Amino acid sequence: MTVPAPLLAVRELRVQRGGFLVLDISSLTVEEGTILSLIGPNGAGKTTLLQTLACLIKPHGGELSFKGQKVTSDHGLLQYRRKLAMVFQEPLLFDTTVFQNVASGLKIRGMDHSEIENRVKQNLERFGIPHLLDRSARKISGGEAQRVALARAMAIQPEILFLDEPFASLDPPTRESLMEDLEKILRQTNTTTIFATHDRMEALRLSDRIAVMNQGRILQIGPPEEVMNQPGDEFIASFVGVETILTGRAVRKGQGTFMASIDGREVEAVGEVEIGEPVVFCIRPENVTLDVPPRRGATSARNVFPATITRIVPLGLYYKVHLDCGFPLVAYVTGHSLENLSLHEGQLVSASFKATAIHVIRKTLKP
Amino acid sequence: MNRMKRGLVLSIICLAATAILFAVVAWSPAQAQQKNIILSTTTSTQDSGLLDVLIPIFEKKTGYFVKTIAVGSGQAMAMGRKGEADVLLVHSPAAEKKFVAEGYGVNRRIIMHNDFVVVGPAEDPAKIKGTQAAAEAFRKIASAGSLFLSRSDKSGTHSKEMRIWKAAGINPEGQKWYQQTGLGMGRTLNVASEKKGYTLSDRGTYLALKKNLGLVILTEGDAILLNVYHVIEVNPAKWPKVNAAGARAFADFMVSKEVQGIIKTFGVEKFGSPLFFPDAGKKE
Amino acid sequence: MDLILDGILKAFYLLITLDPEVLGITRLSLQVSGTATLISLFIGISIGTMVALTEFAGRRLVVSLINTGMGLPPVVVGLFVTIFLWRNGPLGFLEILYTPTAMIIAQAVIASPIVMGITLAAIQALPKNLRLQILSLGATRAQMVWILVKEAKLPLLAGVMAGFGGVISEVGASIMVGGNIKGYSRVLTTATVMETSRGNFDIAIALSIILLLLAYFINLVLTHIQQRERPR
Repeated sequence: MTVPAPLLAVRELRVQRGGFLVLDISSLTVEEGTILSLIGPNGAGKTTLLQTLACLIKPHGGELSFKGQKVTSDHGLLQYRRKLAMVFQEPLLFDTTVFQNVASGLKIRGMDHSEIENRVKQNLERFGIPHLLDRSARKISGGEAQRVALARAMAIQPEILFLDEPFASLDPPTRESLMEDLEKILRQTNTTTIFATHDRMEALRLSDRIAVMNQGRILQIGPPEEVMNQPGDEFIASFVGVETILTGRAVRKGQGTFMASIDGREVEAVGEVEIGEPVVFCIRPENVTLDVPPRRGATSARNVFPATITRIVPLGLYYKVHLDCGFPLVAYVTGHSLENLSLHEGQLVSASFKATAIHVIRKTLKP
Repeated sequence: MNRMKRGLVLSIICLAATAILFAVVAWSPAQAQQKNIILSTTTSTQDSGLLDVLIPIFEKKTGYFVKTIAVGSGQAMAMGRKGEADVLLVHSPAAEKKFVAEGYGVNRRIIMHNDFVVVGPAEDPAKIKGTQAAAEAFRKIASAGSLFLSRSDKSGTHSKEMRIWKAAGINPEGQKWYQQTGLGMGRTLNVASEKKGYTLSDRGTYLALKKNLGLVILTEGDAILLNVYHVIEVNPAKWPKVNAAGARAFADFMVSKEVQGIIKTFGVEKFGSPLFFPDAGKKE
Repeated sequence: MDLILDGILKAFYLLITLDPEVLGITRLSLQVSGTATLISLFIGISIGTMVALTEFAGRRLVVSLINTGMGLPPVVVGLFVTIFLWRNGPLGFLEILYTPTAMIIAQAVIASPIVMGITLAAIQALPKNLRLQILSLGATRAQMVWILVKEAKLPLLAGVMAGFGGVISEVGASIMVGGNIKGYSRVLTTATVMETSRGNFDIAIALSIILLLLAYFINLVLTHIQQRERPR
């Protein structure tokens, strides 16, 4: 059984700017109908990668293949570009009506008028803004404008949709609703999407695969759970939201588990290591439980430490609690729990987490 | 396709409109090149209005199209020197003679004359009223240190003025009371009127502007104040591109009896006295 | 004060009686300056857009030249155009000195840098990513340029008005290359200068008023178009 070629494939893609290598992707493939998100800090190269994949930037090296065919010549370039669409952080609408805006991609392709009308109306419906048809693009809100931009992109029925931080300029409720609608539409239409964001929650929610980028490279790529829960190194870990990152050394081995010494305490984790090996522990705050002594009942948590609450930070729906167990630890608790346990700064509590909740990174010895 | 095509069509229409407008403007009256004559003359001649009467008659008669370029005598002759004019109508005898002597002009013929007058404020601070000799009047102005405006533009009027200063043995250059406007006659008269100063003007321009000026004629009639107009054809031997036939036709026209008759009566109705005196054929 | 009143009355009189000479002068002013402005539109918008969108060696120099050109003294343009069009000059064979054509050329030279400079600024002021957005919608380079120019139509219209205003009111170049020939190359500005030097102030003021009215009405139309489109 032949495996169909990935929709998009790149090799040795390099982009230079001012003598510096700003993009260096040795290989990347995107399967049809999947959503890939690119996350990373500012300047990581997400926008550069998006624009290079859309052939808006000319790479200094490497090749790009679409459906197995290389995209190079000028004619092939326009053909390829007409199969894709991009939406930026700003809506970048044209100074005309919403209808004309959504129709612009179709007019560029010389579609005839009745067909244009259908497509425009269809896409305005999809994005919930049919009432804006004749409105001037200047007279709509930011959220509506971004919907128009998306409708404009989807109207051409792109084979690949590129989104560059499309929700970044929107306020949270608008962002929420638009994300929901977009997700539905992308799944319905089975549109291959690549989108860049600095919000890992967005990435987590919308994508089939996440690629973590930094300094022009892809550090790790895989399904969200994998990247989130098994970050390849500290950088990725801190980026994907692991709050507690501890360094230590393995001191004892057990059956599939081992003890590491961290700041004088012994912490148990799952894994195969050598004694004396330096390790890094990643513990997600959701996996840390707090008890106010006295402790009740037995627990399966292998790691239980007395801790002092050093800081409590409200984060909207829950609280981030900073603890000092001899080593720093961060836990998330709900407002409910905070109240129930009357947690406050300076309080003595018992912090626990399972050995299985620790993601171990074996440190490569740095020179 | 539609959008793009519409844009293209629109551009072509605009381009066509421009081209048509251009053509219409460019090819308006008399574009037949051989039928053009460039007449280089002075601003005072044009300002007198005489040419506005004569030129249409000439054009109707001969079918030539006359481009009258009114500048100062100096520039008029400079144009002749470069072959950028076909015929000159100027009034700067010394410079003209040099022009002809150097071979740039041929057929220098006298057309008419008018005269210059020394005008100034009615109060006449330098007390030149009644002085017969222009040079004497100038001397009085200099010793009184009264304000004198000079055109200083190498025009016929300016040359005449310098001749009078020379005759008076005075060099006004750099003196505090001597101001140089660099302007045409009309404007210079206005400045003199505003500043209550003296100036030298041709009678024609003065009469034409008299009602708006606070100046009166203080010295007139001196022989040196005569302003003689000549017509000179630019030498085609020096500049083959000149319209020699046209120049000849115009010059002949100017000395013709008919024109001389018109010159004789020009201005009488408006000012009570003629502005010019016809001299064609007379000995100089 | 009387003088100005005289002038206003004279202006009305000339207009109402449709004085043929004044009408001819006015028509010529419009034709010459209108054509020159149209020409400068083409040259100005195309070059301005091209410089705005392209990177090339010496671009900075070109931009500063354009900006300098915006303030080019008309009388200097007149002088140089005259020198070129002289019989014995490089373009003398065209024999267009002292014709309205020469005036159109001089005025186009004056207006083009103005339109160029404003177009350049207008296109550069468009959002940085707009160009990429248009390309990502599948536009060819030509389509992209067309769309960008349309997006900048407000400031571009201002550029047209500036260009037109600059030439309808200019006199130095027009006198030099046109010769102010009665019924042929005499326009409102050159006629005003001449009437002033002749001392006919009432006519001069009348012509000035007509010129002002002309300029006002044309700009009224253009302003109306521009403000109709403005963001509210």
